[in-house]
Amino acid sequence: MTDDIVIHVDKVSKDFRLPHEKVDSIKSVFVNPFRASGGRIEVQHALKNITFDIKKGEFFGIVGRNGSGKSTLLKIIAGIYQPTKGTVNVTGRLVPFIELGVGFNPELTGRENVYLNGALMGFSVNEVNDKYHAIVEFAELERFMDQKLKNYSSGMQVRLAFSVATVLAESDVLLIDEVLAVGDADFQRKCFDYFKKLKKDKKTVIFVSHDMGAVREYCDRAILIDKSEIVFSGTANATAKEYTRLFLPDVYEAQQSEVKKVQNKGKWGAGGIDIQNVTTNKKVYTQDDESLTIKYAIKANKGFNGEIMAGFAIKNGAGELLCGTNNKIVGYEGSLVFDENTRVLHVEWIVPNIFNEGNYSVEPAVDSIDTSQLLQWWDDAHSFKVVNDYKTPYPVAPRVQFLKR
Amino acid sequence: MKHVFLTIAQRYRYSIILLQQLVVTDFKLRYKGSFLGYVWTLLRPLALFVILYVVFINFLRVGADIPHFAVYLLFGIVLWNYFIEVTNNGLSSIVGKGDLMRKLSFPRYVIVIAGSFSALINLGINLIVVAVFMVINGVPFTPDILWLIPLIVELFIFSLAVAFLLSALYVKFRDINYIWEVILQAGFYATPILYPLSMVADRSFFAAKIMVLNPIAQIIQDARFHVVTQKTDTISTMFHHEYVYLIPLVIVGVFAVVSVIYFKKKSPGFAEDI
Repeated sequence: MTDDIVIHVDKVSKDFRLPHEKVDSIKSVFVNPFRASGGRIEVQHALKNITFDIKKGEFFGIVGRNGSGKSTLLKIIAGIYQPTKGTVNVTGRLVPFIELGVGFNPELTGRENVYLNGALMGFSVNEVNDKYHAIVEFAELERFMDQKLKNYSSGMQVRLAFSVATVLAESDVLLIDEVLAVGDADFQRKCFDYFKKLKKDKKTVIFVSHDMGAVREYCDRAILIDKSEIVFSGTANATAKEYTRLFLPDVYEAQQSEVKKVQNKGKWGAGGIDIQNVTTNKKVYTQDDESLTIKYAIKANKGFNGEIMAGFAIKNGAGELLCGTNNKIVGYEGSLVFDENTRVLHVEWIVPNIFNEGNYSVEPAVDSIDTSQLLQWWDDAHSFKVVNDYKTPYPVAPRVQFLKR
Repeated sequence: MKHVFLTIAQRYRYSIILLQQLVVTDFKLRYKGSFLGYVWTLLRPLALFVILYVVFINFLRVGADIPHFAVYLLFGIVLWNYFIEVTNNGLSSIVGKGDLMRKLSFPRYVIVIAGSFSALINLGINLIVVAVFMVINGVPFTPDILWLIPLIVELFIFSLAVAFLLSALYVKFRDINYIWEVILQAGFYATPILYPLSMVADRSFFAAKIMVLNPIAQIIQDARFHVVTQKTDTISTMFHHEYVYLIPLVIVGVFAVVSVIYFKKKSPGFAEDI
């Protein structure tokens, strides 16, 4: 082991023994002592032979799907679980952010909770005193510190927890679970700003996530865990690529079935027409796709006549409406009226690929021509995914050329 | 020497910080939302004392031959309540903090010790009440009262040892709390708290001798002997051999060693087992 290795994980395996009939009362030990000791215990291998080193100052990613074992690994590194086999060596002080606000007590005031939470992370009253001001300021909760935590909104609680964690934890090694990056857009940005600061300060960070965008942006190196084993390790970019390559088909199927589930739900409006068969030409777009095509059909009910206006909007995973248009805005010169016999119109848009990596949904809408009546709007009618290396911290990411003159 | 202390302080820095904060928090939370607040720390043993006093002294005429029997009774109840509180706090401490266990790695023993320190604070408050009653009853304060220090240390160690054992057992066996409830009930009557030991000795001197070997009984009787009245039966008055004191002390020692070993062995798995 060289000096600059901060975390050394050596051949770590973890088995969970899951007795089918849990021995949690003395009676069961007496009633069936043999079964309790031997017998029907199922061993679940949560981790198999995991080995890696993390150097000082590295931003190290652990990626994998839910249930792959990455959280178990994190807990073993944090010392919460003991490995069944193998060893973990950590040099220096380690602060785990498995969850924010661990040990927060609703009956205590904000101030008391800061000290309690600080103590749980190993900071003495004096150490917390020194930084108390900064914590309160960062959380923007000056007026509320002497109120009980149970009177805080959940957003305020998260803010307080986050600022305690970030202002106090100037430790050598940080473990950050993806749960940190939940919350509203504003809070997420705060988190990401914090990550940037950590990176700038050359802190050693282990970051567990399945947000490939974040992994690409912050991590130097990463490992990919699948079915309890390391299946890939390399640069953050390469690992993220491997992750998408391995798991995209699944992501798709999940999405497709979801779409089926919501079919015909989320349609609203005055009626008279019905939007059908919303599709995009691909399910997943990458940086190589310059545009995406959205198509749908509009079927007029019996007795419906008149000109309509068709449009769509695109919403990102956070529910923000990013863009949208209709046939009038794009300058289509014809008019949309129904053919007497078929009573169906097919419409199509070609949209430049300006999207950041993420999941998106298409929301088609049909208005009467004078926009006096919204005939139908379909929430989350269809979803697609964008995977690319080109990520910005803004809602959209149009390809911009850069020249130095 | 100073260096040794510093090293210990450094090594157990996290535990000490955590212990302080947990005890303070527990103290703050204990009577949150109750009207009388901390007064309950005093009222509870006093209420029990009043009931027992009325029943046993007024009606059953127990302890008539013991001077200051009211103080004698109260003192016993206070010490016994300390034992109950530590062991009950300890029993549920690990399982009750399961949420914390699964998210943070910290020395698990801190939680059990914190529960015992909270009880120690209450014991301190209650002993002040006992002192007040001593003044009212005209019990003289003698230098013998200093005996209380080693006795409370012994009580602290024994209660904590039992608490460690119970807390670790409770993770695995969830019936322990019911069993412990019954044991405490039985213990309350098997220990000479309500009645003077002489009542038992009158019928069977042997039984009384066995009873006083129980560490809790030994502690309570010795404490009464040194603080309230010398008309208390203790190991030294009953056996006339001081070395018999080794028996309760060995029991305490064995409990302490076994509990610590068992707790140490089990504590790495608490996060998964809860």
